Amino acid sequence: MFIIKYRKIFVSISAILVALSLGSLMYFGLDFGIDFRGGSLMEVTYEGVRPEQAVVEASLENLGYGGSLVQQIDTDGYSIKTRALTETERQSLVTALGTEATEKSFTSIGPSVGAELVRKSILSFILVSLGIIFFIAFSFRKVSKPVSSWKYGLIAIVALVHDVVIVSGIFALMGHFTGAEVDTLFVVAILTVLGLSVSDTIVVFDRIRENIRAGISGSFEDTVGKSLGQVFTRSVATSFTVIAVLVSLVFFGPSSTKTFSLLLVIGMFFGTYSSLFLASPLLVFIQKGQKHTKE
Amino acid sequence: MLIMLVGCGIGFFVYTSEHAYRTNTEGVSESVISKYPFKLGLDLSGGTHLVYRADVSLVAESEVRDSMSSLRDVIERRVNIFGVSEPVITVQNGGFSNAGEERLIVDLPGVTDVKEAVAMIGQTPLLEFRTENLGTKPQELIMNEKGEVSISLDSQFIATELTGRYLDKAILEFNSTTGEPTVSLQFDAEGSKLFEDITRANVGKTVAIFLDGEPISMPVVNEAISGGKAQITGAFTPQEAKTLVGRLNSGALPVPIELISTQTIGPSLGVEATHAGVRAALVGFLFIALFLIFWYRLPGLIGVVALSFYVATILALFKIIPVTLTAAGMAGFIISIGIAVDANILIFERIKEELRAGHSIADAIKNGFGHAWFSIRDSNFSSMITAIILFWFGTPLIQGFALTLLLGVIVSMISALSVSRLFLVALNITKTTKYTQFLFGSGFSSAKKS
Repeated sequence: MFIIKYRKIFVSISAILVALSLGSLMYFGLDFGIDFRGGSLMEVTYEGVRPEQAVVEASLENLGYGGSLVQQIDTDGYSIKTRALTETERQSLVTALGTEATEKSFTSIGPSVGAELVRKSILSFILVSLGIIFFIAFSFRKVSKPVSSWKYGLIAIVALVHDVVIVSGIFALMGHFTGAEVDTLFVVAILTVLGLSVSDTIVVFDRIRENIRAGISGSFEDTVGKSLGQVFTRSVATSFTVIAVLVSLVFFGPSSTKTFSLLLVIGMFFGTYSSLFLASPLLVFIQKGQKHTKE
Repeated sequence: MLIMLVGCGIGFFVYTSEHAYRTNTEGVSESVISKYPFKLGLDLSGGTHLVYRADVSLVAESEVRDSMSSLRDVIERRVNIFGVSEPVITVQNGGFSNAGEERLIVDLPGVTDVKEAVAMIGQTPLLEFRTENLGTKPQELIMNEKGEVSISLDSQFIATELTGRYLDKAILEFNSTTGEPTVSLQFDAEGSKLFEDITRANVGKTVAIFLDGEPISMPVVNEAISGGKAQITGAFTPQEAKTLVGRLNSGALPVPIELISTQTIGPSLGVEATHAGVRAALVGFLFIALFLIFWYRLPGLIGVVALSFYVATILALFKIIPVTLTAAGMAGFIISIGIAVDANILIFERIKEELRAGHSIADAIKNGFGHAWFSIRDSNFSSMITAIILFWFGTPLIQGFALTLLLGVIVSMISALSVSRLFLVALNITKTTKYTQFLFGSGFSSAKKS
């Protein structure tokens, strides 16, 4: 089918996107929130007139928290980031902000907790990837011709990394303009994208496997092409429903999960894209590559 | 026909029980069902989340678990005195995910005054018995503001294993001759033995009693004391003695604790989040329902019914288990609705294929389900792996998400396979007419091979 016919184009598109994302990551960088670095985040709203940002920053300096970050929330509040505060320090900060200020929320993460989170995140990512490779290699073990089963797993991971890099790149871009930070929800979003994207890729591989077993076409290339044609509508349809639901979350859902849902939308979209337009073309490339080395 | 009745019966049952659940979360009726409101996580109900680190350096390896659980009980008792509704206090045992630290997590829904909460927990007394330090440890000198030098008491005494953990009860007594108030301590069996050992080994020496890190009494031991009774005499006013007895009785900390992380969510934020979440869920569901019916027609309609069944079952499960809902948890639930549709679509597409290949409707349905099962199983499996690993991650926020996702995936598989199939078969469509082909087709094509 046309995807396989023009596979060179599609793979190059993916490569370009990945390169762009890597560039974005390096240029804009990722802002790590207090979940990872440790520190405190306080959100306050003011009853009457909100004092000038400079005034708030001055009070913070007086307390010895120079170098803290004050950001505006809507028209009546501020979010204040400082180093981790003990309970007494928090109270003195609230008093210093004035009686008109109401503390809407407060989070303080000690540095050890933050470092631990970094560890766990990296570990989870590795675990999920490994789990997926093994699972695919296992369930595709009987289809080792013409491409060995663990190569299927490998391609799935390549598609995943492609998804994650692009999502992160877009996030870095977003973060530059909206101040969005990497927090626990970001990690959860990435891991979820991993899981959902893989399930999509598996459906495509599944069909290819079935067709190989049934021996319906001549060349491998043809088989892959035919399989893609068969699953195309279905993949698009299911991704569409999940994305629709997520979009509803972005617009109607709670504000704390807005960035999270947005990340998932982007992730699902590229997850499907990579399953259809990247994974299968790569399969054919590998098979053709194998043939060349054999001859 | 029978199957259809059964199907309807189940549906009806779930609907009415679900309806009853819903009304009873807001209502005040006394029925059994009203005991099952939704359990809301802190970010939806508003409240305070505190993380304490427990110092178990003095506790023997085998005793750590016990100490942590008695710590949990003590804190819970104290929190209950304060009248917090439904506090959640959990122990996070040291291990891989914790960098080896023993932690206590205290969730106080509805408590917005962090100052009071922390102060109240901080009032839990730490009682220690320490013996004289005769070893070669250099004694620390400390100098206070006036320039006076004294030996730091901390280094004069070394801690023993005997702490408030072994305390059975404390009683306020008045010395019969002097009328002085004394605090009488009664240790439990293990404590009594420990106390006996300590006193025997330190006859003629001082055994200091430390409260919250400060010495309150330093009696010299005359003889080994068995029976586990100790008395603290000191310069107490009757009021002080009474307070101390009260504090000791409501529970003394078995190990020292330190607050390492706090989080408060104002209740208004929480309510906003809940409403937004429900709104998003409704919109999402509606959208999917419309899409299903429009694109897949008759099977689509059945899919919507199956989906409703799925949603009702999941919500019921959330209430019964109970699953603590957080904002991320709601997101997980909404995502699982999307995935639930996934399974149904897989099946319908297969059925369409079978019909195109020329099979009868009954056969197409049967084969469709059969073939689709493998795809469904594999694709959902990877989601489940992800959810399980996320669950292990540990933070309650993420666990909520992982749990709703996992439950969602499992229940959606079951509902797609059993309920959809039930209804499709029950409809008992046998003739392959143009009309049914249209109904089973999808999009803009009919089910006949185009």
